[in-house]
Amino acid sequence: MQYIPNIIFAIALIIGIGYFTKNIRKVIRNIRLGKDVDRTDNKGERFRNMARIALGQSKMVRRPIAGILHIIVYIGFIIINIEVLEIIIDGIFGTHRIFAFLGSFYNFLIGSFEILAFLVFVGVIVFWIRRNVMRIKRFWNPEMKGWPKNDGNLILYFEMVLMTLFLVMNAVDLQLQNLDAAHYVKAGSYPISQFITPLFNGMNEGTLVFIERGAWWLHILGILVFLNYLYFSKHLHILLAFPNTYYGDLRPKGQMDNLESVTKEVMLMMDPNADPFAAPASDEPEGEPEKFGASDVMDLDWVQLLNSYTCTECGRCTSECPANQTGKKLSPRKIMMDTRDRLQEVGDNIDKNGSFVDDGKQLLNEYITPEELWACTSCNACVEACPVSISPLSIILDMRRYLVMEQSAAPSDLNNMMSNIENNGAPWPFNQMDRLNWSNEE
Amino acid sequence: MSETVKVPTMAEYMAAGKKPEVLFWVGCAGSFDDRAKKITKAFVKLLHNANVDFAVLGTEESCTGDPAKRSGNEFLFQMQAVTNIEVMNAYEIKKVVTACPHCFNTLKNEYPALGGDYEVMHHTQFLKSLLDEGRLKVEGGKFKGKRITFHDPCYLGRANNEYEAPRDLLRKLEVELVEMKRCKRDGFCCGAGGAQMFKEPESGKKDVNVERTEDALETKPNIIAAGCPFCNTMMTDGVKNKEKEDSIEVLDVAELIANAQDL
Repeated sequence: MQYIPNIIFAIALIIGIGYFTKNIRKVIRNIRLGKDVDRTDNKGERFRNMARIALGQSKMVRRPIAGILHIIVYIGFIIINIEVLEIIIDGIFGTHRIFAFLGSFYNFLIGSFEILAFLVFVGVIVFWIRRNVMRIKRFWNPEMKGWPKNDGNLILYFEMVLMTLFLVMNAVDLQLQNLDAAHYVKAGSYPISQFITPLFNGMNEGTLVFIERGAWWLHILGILVFLNYLYFSKHLHILLAFPNTYYGDLRPKGQMDNLESVTKEVMLMMDPNADPFAAPASDEPEGEPEKFGASDVMDLDWVQLLNSYTCTECGRCTSECPANQTGKKLSPRKIMMDTRDRLQEVGDNIDKNGSFVDDGKQLLNEYITPEELWACTSCNACVEACPVSISPLSIILDMRRYLVMEQSAAPSDLNNMMSNIENNGAPWPFNQMDRLNWSNEE
Repeated sequence: MSETVKVPTMAEYMAAGKKPEVLFWVGCAGSFDDRAKKITKAFVKLLHNANVDFAVLGTEESCTGDPAKRSGNEFLFQMQAVTNIEVMNAYEIKKVVTACPHCFNTLKNEYPALGGDYEVMHHTQFLKSLLDEGRLKVEGGKFKGKRITFHDPCYLGRANNEYEAPRDLLRKLEVELVEMKRCKRDGFCCGAGGAQMFKEPESGKKDVNVERTEDALETKPNIIAAGCPFCNTMMTDGVKNKEKEDSIEVLDVAELIANAQDL
């Protein structure tokens, strides 16, 4: 009978980690629905980017207030998780504060965890105030209604509750230590929770043990629930920020890829010796000709899909987008959210049917409208603003390519511009033979 | 132009069996747009003044394909690119300078994979290098002490990380260089990029160029300096929208240097 808590703990741990793993495998499978793109080059530079941007939070602090608060929560999150290791060992083996033998170093650890937990708590409160009381504009864009808004707040509540449970657990533990309760080894320093301890004065040992155990269990179960919440939330960025910054585009921001499928066609057109009636080479794969551009998530590459899962909806991109700031419908954050939501829908479709069954929907029109796509000035402000190397611009461009090359659906002004380029080599209707006239003009 | 400056073409150089130091890629705006032609001429004067041996493609130049590519027409872009590359490779071009950041970005970043590998410079970078080599003199002249704010072209700044060359040149003019609240990395687009120049904007509260002009006006400038013919148009329109065209000029960095010396 005495092993029942250990067994329950082990089962909770297995279910928690198992379900999380299952969902993460879905995320990976969904990301792999994207087209291949080679990002195996420049490993050194990629590692440096990951270390600087994700680990070092270098782009977060470009907005100092949000950046510093975020660093506190981030460091707190990572460091306090060391404590989770002790909790897991204690839980499985029925021990209590197994690392207490570390003596003064243990005191130092617990003391630091407490201070960090308190700072995280305060940071999260400030985050909540920024979202809900100060109503910072980027948290109130049209795409932030409903679930995205609740998701943002839920994460903050989760963290408030977890930090509170951690501090309460310690406060009661300290009280029990003072009462020389059995099993409660005298260890740790409690710079924060010592101020909570007086709340439990006068309670008998049984009640205190009940509260301490309750807080301990709720804390670890809360962590497991939060872990599993990630998959359903924008909060997945805490994991994906690392691969996303590693696989980010290393080229100058102005450089857009040249479509290889188009190069093949163009080279064939330019080759005077090409035989337009030649049978396809035997090494050429048969089947449908490749689609130009993207109208759905499967037409995007896997890095773009990874981008969409990484986005944590902070809205820095949208708050710097010239189109959005002047009232146009385009919001780079919405581009990422739509891509992720559609990808999730496609993934669920695959889960249900075994393989993707056409659902009559696609990313274009059902999620992202041409009006949004045509408002982009390709200025790269969104790419520059993103703290985790996401490129909404690359998705916008791929979708424009589909509109123009597959559907001939460009705005008529752009069609005029393009036919001018085709006919006379300039976006305006001027004769190419007049190109040097400026040199003779007064 | 008060005095006509001879603008040699690559064809003439080829006929004479010579090769220039650098190809000046004029670009569509620089060739056809009345406002941008002034920038082209100012830059040519500076090239002459610095004794730079340059040539243009003239009627053999064609759009780089940038607006087509950004609109999504990859076919048209690559057709333009391959044709231009054929011409430039036939002339064995090694170095290109252009006064248009869009041409600059496309030639520099998107042509190499299609067979066109050149050293490409924006005219502010090229002028800066002439200055460093002592070939070009940049002095305050008539702009000395004027308040000037520089609008970063997206395709020079964020797209290619060049923020300092135009500013270094402006500082040499002994002007009072003031920065807008959104500048350099955080610069705000003029509204012309991504082929927006050639279409009406989508409906919204405001035009992008007006928003950007407001940034510039906040610095109370005498002159708004630009480094792109399209930004120049957008900012000029923005200044007119604010009815400030009598007190604020929009000038390219090349024009500022040329005008300062009354070239």
